Amino acid sequence: MGTGGMAAGGSEVMEAFNREISEAGIEASVEKFCSMHKVGCRGLCAKDVLVDVIVGGKKTTYQYTKPGMVSRIVKEHLIKGEPVADWMVGEDYYSFHDKQTKVVLSDCGNIDPEKIESYFAVGGYEAAKKVLTSLSPEQTIDIIKKSGLRGRGGAGFSTGTKWEICRNTKAAQKYIICNADEGDPGAFMDRSVIEGNPHAVIEGMIIGAYSIGATKGYVYIRAEYPLAVERLRMALAQARGKNWLGKNILRSGLDFDIKIKLGAGAFVCGEETALIASIEGQRGMPRAKPPFPVHSGLWGKPTVINNVETLANIPYIIRKGADWFASFGTEKSKGTKVFALTGKVKNTGLIEVPMGMPLKEIVYDIGGGTNKGRTLKAVQTGGPSGGCIPSELIDINVDFESLAKVGSIVGSGGMVVLDNTDCMVNIAKFFLEFTQAESCGKCVPCRVGTKRLLEILSRITQGKGKEGDIELLEDLSHDIKASSLCGLGQTAPNPVLSTIRYFRNEYEAHIKESRCPAAVCKDLIEYSILADFCKGCGACMRVCSSKAITGEKKKPHSIAADVCVKCGACYDVWVFKIW
Amino acid sequence: MVTLTLDGIKISVPDGTSVLDAARQCDISIPTLCHHPKLTPHGGCRLCIVEIKGMFRPVTSCTTPVSEGMEVATKSPALEKLRRTIIELILSDHPNDCMICEMAGDCTLQELAYFYGIRENRFEGERRIYAKKDGNPLIERDMEKCILCNKCVRVCDEIQGVKAIDVAYRGFKSKVCPPYERDLNCEFCGQCIRVCPTGALTGKNWALKGRQKDIKGIDTICPYCGCGCSLTLNVRKNEIVRVTSKEDTINEGWLCPKGTFGYHFVSSPDRLTKPLIRIAPKNSNKLQVTSYKLKNRKDFKDSSPLPTGQAGVTRPSSLFREASWDEAFDLIAKKFKGIKEKHGPDAIAGLSSARCTNEENYLFQKFIRAAVGTNNVDHCARL
Ligand SMILES: Cc1cc2nc3c(=O)[nH]c(=O)nc-3n(C[C@H](O)[C@H](O)[C@H](O)COP(=O)(O)O)c2cc1C
Ligand code: SF4
Ligand code: SF4
Ligand code: SF4
Ligand code: FES
Repeated sequence: MGTGGMAAGGSEVMEAFNREISEAGIEASVEKFCSMHKVGCRGLCAKDVLVDVIVGGKKTTYQYTKPGMVSRIVKEHLIKGEPVADWMVGEDYYSFHDKQTKVVLSDCGNIDPEKIESYFAVGGYEAAKKVLTSLSPEQTIDIIKKSGLRGRGGAGFSTGTKWEICRNTKAAQKYIICNADEGDPGAFMDRSVIEGNPHAVIEGMIIGAYSIGATKGYVYIRAEYPLAVERLRMALAQARGKNWLGKNILRSGLDFDIKIKLGAGAFVCGEETALIASIEGQRGMPRAKPPFPVHSGLWGKPTVINNVETLANIPYIIRKGADWFASFGTEKSKGTKVFALTGKVKNTGLIEVPMGMPLKEIVYDIGGGTNKGRTLKAVQTGGPSGGCIPSELIDINVDFESLAKVGSIVGSGGMVVLDNTDCMVNIAKFFLEFTQAESCGKCVPCRVGTKRLLEILSRITQGKGKEGDIELLEDLSHDIKASSLCGLGQTAPNPVLSTIRYFRNEYEAHIKESRCPAAVCKDLIEYSILADFCKGCGACMRVCSSKAITGEKKKPHSIAADVCVKCGACYDVWVFKIW
Repeated sequence: MVTLTLDGIKISVPDGTSVLDAARQCDISIPTLCHHPKLTPHGGCRLCIVEIKGMFRPVTSCTTPVSEGMEVATKSPALEKLRRTIIELILSDHPNDCMICEMAGDCTLQELAYFYGIRENRFEGERRIYAKKDGNPLIERDMEKCILCNKCVRVCDEIQGVKAIDVAYRGFKSKVCPPYERDLNCEFCGQCIRVCPTGALTGKNWALKGRQKDIKGIDTICPYCGCGCSLTLNVRKNEIVRVTSKEDTINEGWLCPKGTFGYHFVSSPDRLTKPLIRIAPKNSNKLQVTSYKLKNRKDFKDSSPLPTGQAGVTRPSSLFREASWDEAFDLIAKKFKGIKEKHGPDAIAGLSSARCTNEENYLFQKFIRAAVGTNNVDHCARL
């Protein structure tokens, strides 16, 4: 169970199973003949809570499980051996999984993240053993370089090369840091990996530490991830207990231990130099590079910073070989990538696909298309640093190079599906609100510039846009990108630029016609009842929480404009769709 | 040494020099707001950006170290456009009140706006408004004028070692303040005022005392202690209105709270300017000195911090009479000689002050040892 599964009621379902099983009198046999595990994120959040029941080697998966359903599952399936067909997952559950290729997530959702034995059972720590006992640091780095693995934290820098530079920097003390800050709105890849398979990250860090010559590691993780932190703590303690951390690991001579450093939830602290400042106890503000952390990082010592997903890939690459890993993906973007698929898509969840998969397959085959049958408008990738890919470009391949070409990025892996009820100006405004609030305030273009972008966008959504605003947005965006210090400011205008690039007409409609084509911007829309068509059924009146709708039964109703808060609830229940 | 080209000029500088320093060595001017030669580079204002061949985006020259064969352009239409936008953005969040600002004429931001000819602003918008002012007695902190160059934060940490202030909040709301936004309660060395490029930090006791153009600078040495920091008295109409210090002095322009803010005694009516000889009988103890406590800010504006004519304080004039220096010295010499003859030289002891210079202290011990004839000599700093 990850955070999402728990929010959907996972703990209650598990309790119900415990209760029902013991009431049914089969508790005594639980330990002997069957076992129950809580596992990490299964990916398909939209169908939570998911329960696998394996009887006689045959797996049945139940969806939308509620505590009230458990009794029947226990009685009919567990005891009588007859699966409850009504509640089993359907075709779409399998198509969601079939198109995916799981490397990082291959054990996530199958093993118990709170038990190191569970990880051992799927080959855990064998990679570290192989590295520590039979490979030199140089050989290890060579394998990682050959695999073509590029950082999954956003910038896509070659991991092997990063390690090599750090290895070649002479210093008495070096550090390896796992970046688990994950601050982008809508992203939950790293959290799910740590919640579902924390030992893979630890194993990746051990291999990294050995390769670069570090004896100390940190995991910088945001305090808003309590479950991930708890599982990581458990995993660290278990790894220490088995001497996978500590002094003289596996009698190889390697001393290495990992500390957890909690972040206070600032997006900018995911930027590597700000992250280092934060660990050092300073205000989390980025600094200019060079020097790069591999030369002078934490406490001025050579430091490798890698993303959670990057590190979780490492054990699998070592175990299965560089060629195996490089067989996935494209020429320049190797391997797989985890995405958090959200927004107006049927199968929201956590997915892993080979780099270079067409966006269309992700959205339609895995995601099942838009969730309310509306038309797809765009897909936003890369979070606040990324851009919107319009539906015309849906055939594009999702890899570092292709997305950059159309003005977006892979980023850390957020993927938000937008349909025709999403206003693109409003989407840009949403991201700018985020980046402006999260700017560290150090440099002028980002601190003041994003504020001005936001103000211009706000006035456009209020129908107060001026002639020339689009050009001003573009001009200021380019200046902010060119003159900001860190990645946050350098990419913050991307949502503005990409929405202008592909949806200029929407901006123009707001400015010139005071019209929001998607009917989202509240200042530009008004709800009214067409008296000619209204049958006075009262359906709209019942859902209006502001009591703005009045009217007698069977006579045309009306909406009081001054009371209406424009929530759209009446529009959504409207039963007499006439066009 | 590293050789690089700056705007076509070849120059060799020591390894580790910043591009900005290298440019300044060949008299190329690059605008800056957050750079200070004695503080670690910050890279916040972004004005000092330059183009370096092979780098795909402009970089800040204050933070970039030189490297062999580097080719730098410090001016180009693209760079000037970016600089202009940056200044416009800063001004869009700055009160438009140069007319009444203490720093007018002395302000780096004003100068940049002047050179870039910025009058209209494309980015008019919300401005930070802070209702509450800092209630400390000495430093006016007008944070609406702050451009977040971070110099005050760095000087307080790196030079003064106090760390009384830092940046709080994020984004547009970022603000330099003491912990929990309380009133500043620090050493009051004034280092932060010295480095602030705008009117955000000024001395409360030099408010409305005149523009820089009316001020005459008189170099002198601080009378407070033996360190002997160089001071520049800022004098207007024969009144000290402020004390500054130049950067090329022994104290590198830094002063302590006394040197910075404690100049009011110079024109205090309570100051003794002539020797006084006691006229009251020996045991009359009427002279009471009430200790003076800072009560409110108003006292600081008053050019004489010692309250005069308060009830219970007897003016010295009723106990002493004025005398000439000759008369006073004669009297002292006579009394010393008398004591020495009657009780021997060891009945006399000398205690000198840390506020005297080394030379003065040398003369003093010489006088006690050679003229008085005793080794009873000490100094208040030897405690
Ligand atoms: C504003 C900003 C936020 C970032 N946030 C994250 C983050 O949450 N997680 C992450 O792994 N990398 C983040 N990065 C990227 C890191 O700076 C760094 O490139 C990355 O951790 C390196 O790891 P990798 O090579 O494995 O990708 C962020 C960068 C910027 C500019
Ligand atoms: S770009 Fe933004 S987040 Fe980055 S240093 Fe500048 S102000 Fe801070
Ligand atoms: S007066 Fe001195 S101690 Fe106080 S904030 Fe300024 S620099 Fe720091
Ligand atoms: S108060 Fe002055 S020195 Fe301090 S950050 Fe603001 S502008 Fe800079
Ligand atoms: S002087 Fe270089 S960024 Fe401000």
